[in-house]
Amino acid sequence: MIEKRPLATWFSHTVLILGVAVVAFPIWITFVGASHDAIRMPQVPLPLLPGDQFFINLKAAFVEGVGNAKEQSVGIMMFNSLIMALMIAGGKIAISLLSAFAIVYFRFPFRMIFFWMIFITLMLPVEVRILPTFEVVANLGMLNNYWGLTVPLIASATATFMFRQVFLTVPDELLEAARIDGAGPMRFFKDILLPVSRTNIAALFVILFIYGWNQYLWPLLITTDKSMYTIVMGIKQMLEAAEEAPEWHLIMMTTLLAMIPPVLVVIGMQKLFIKGLTETEK
Amino acid sequence: MARVLIENITKSYGETEVLHGINTDISDGEFIVIVGPSGCGKSTLLRMIAGLEDISSGTISIDGRVVNTLEPKDRDIAMVFQNYALYPHMTVFKNMAYGLKLRKFSKKNIKIRVHQAAKLLQLEELLERKPRQLSGGQRQRVAMGRCIVREPKVFLFDEPLSNLDAKLRVQMRLELRKLHKRLKVTSIYVTHDQVEAMTLGDRLVVINDGYAEQIGPPLELYEKPASIFVAGFLGSPAMNFISAQISADGKTAQLSEDVKVPVANPLSKQGITEKKVTFGIRPEHFSLSDKEKTGLPLRVDHAEFHGASTMIYGRLPGNDELITVRLPHIHHISPETVLMLTALPEHIHIFDQKTGKRI
Ligand SMILES: Nc1ncnc2c1ncn2[C@@H]1O[C@H](COP(=O)(O)OP(=O)(O)OP(=O)(O)O)[C@@H](O)[C@H]1O
Ligand SMILES: [Mg+2]
Repeated sequence: MIEKRPLATWFSHTVLILGVAVVAFPIWITFVGASHDAIRMPQVPLPLLPGDQFFINLKAAFVEGVGNAKEQSVGIMMFNSLIMALMIAGGKIAISLLSAFAIVYFRFPFRMIFFWMIFITLMLPVEVRILPTFEVVANLGMLNNYWGLTVPLIASATATFMFRQVFLTVPDELLEAARIDGAGPMRFFKDILLPVSRTNIAALFVILFIYGWNQYLWPLLITTDKSMYTIVMGIKQMLEAAEEAPEWHLIMMTTLLAMIPPVLVVIGMQKLFIKGLTETEK
Repeated sequence: MARVLIENITKSYGETEVLHGINTDISDGEFIVIVGPSGCGKSTLLRMIAGLEDISSGTISIDGRVVNTLEPKDRDIAMVFQNYALYPHMTVFKNMAYGLKLRKFSKKNIKIRVHQAAKLLQLEELLERKPRQLSGGQRQRVAMGRCIVREPKVFLFDEPLSNLDAKLRVQMRLELRKLHKRLKVTSIYVTHDQVEAMTLGDRLVVINDGYAEQIGPPLELYEKPASIFVAGFLGSPAMNFISAQISADGKTAQLSEDVKVPVANPLSKQGITEKKVTFGIRPEHFSLSDKEKTGLPLRVDHAEFHGASTMIYGRLPGNDELITVRLPHIHHISPETVLMLTALPEHIHIFDQKTGKRI
């Protein structure tokens, strides 16, 4: 829509600028906080302009470590988070691709029952069944490792539904043409279905990566070993300093660092992401 | 290349039967067109030959081998779909090569075959493009190419030209004909367009509501339609139908209460007396009677000039059906004139009104 009225243009720009400011201001404060030293941060008023300690803080976060005993390296926590987010996103996509494929393209007995069973899991996210799930994971000996961190979060009805929807838009003739060309079911899946759903997979990957990266409650429960801490829970732990005041400059630095991977994923996959959400051509 | 034998094929979806025992013998190298109105079961029949749809009863054999339970890929057929069904993420080359690749042809062999087909279809410059970068006609040719490279025994076409504009359709029709002359592969072509059917087919199978109404060469179907349905379906503008009651002596036909026309060749010879029949006369087979008194009195409604011919629309007395007449050359005829029409006996088709079959 193209509006020619200047008042409307002026108004919409104001709204947009305000919106950007609301989103950007906390990030600016975080950046400013990360560039001051431990003494300046607890003082009122809060600094609004960057200080000169940014690289010193960066070094502290990565080399010297953060946390009460200064033994947690931000690098290790970010690595843990990265592995967790990748495993969750990859695992969810792999599982839901296959289950959507089965539901859409095969006529097996009790197909609808399976379909509804998957559907019901929508109502039971991890947070609801957290105790029994913990019990199962503990009994399987998966505490304090990547499997325990990710497997319970992988089974996903939402992604299955999304791929089901995507597959339903793929014309039947494509499958028929592939059958005549001599492709079996798995061939069709690999050679036709996956490439055709490429943009949707990318869009979902972005969403799920951020979902995985931001996990807090489950990692908090499942990890007691400091070497398995993720960055999101690490930040929370830093706030709970026992005697001393929280080290705001390091917390802000860690927060800033924690934002980088999701941002990189979004920027890197932006083109595919938008295509995946808007493209209809199959 | 192969003979395709279709014997007593039926198809049911649950309780409803949509094809009721189709029989056809398609000989080697023949181009056969399956034609009929929308929903009559043409695609279903074609898809059963392809193996995409189960056969409820009857047998289909290709080249002497019953294929009822064979997978599509084992039937040695290739199919062109209405929307072409090209793989959107593959280049034209890969689209054409995919079937060969799965059949474990060598890279060199695939290249030779694809380039041959591309040359035949004038696709050589487009081999590296994706389907979405092609025009409708070009996509259509790629779909053809995908079939040709495999050198199958039978080509199947499901309304391949219906997504093209009128001009391109005519051009592709000619190209298809040429291609068939060259390759001589048994082809089964589904369409609901009677012009396409008449111009392409060696023989036509006219299907109505799941029954094969008539099978034969286009001219035979045109000149001797076996039923009212076939008569009305083939030919444009469509045949005129006039219902009438034949007198006891078979010499006159009562068209309406006050219109009685003499029948030139007494129908009693064929044993047609006291019967309700439908006369079928094509618009181009009418001519103006030179005698004032004999013929069908047509009250003109309006006339259209088509350059080489004049179309006259009018009604017979006591009947509301519009009758179409096509006269050669230009005639200036004003509305409400009454024309006396005649037609040669061999151009008058007579159908039993009850069964709809030709008498
Ligand atoms: N999966 C199905 N389940 C039930 N009925 C079906 C199914 N597929 C087709 N039919 C019915 O079978 C009949 C024949 O369908 P078909 O697709 O063969 O028609 P068609 O002659 O190809 O028509 P068109 O020219 O519109 O393509 C139709 O009446 C249709 O409703
Ligand atoms: Mg059809």
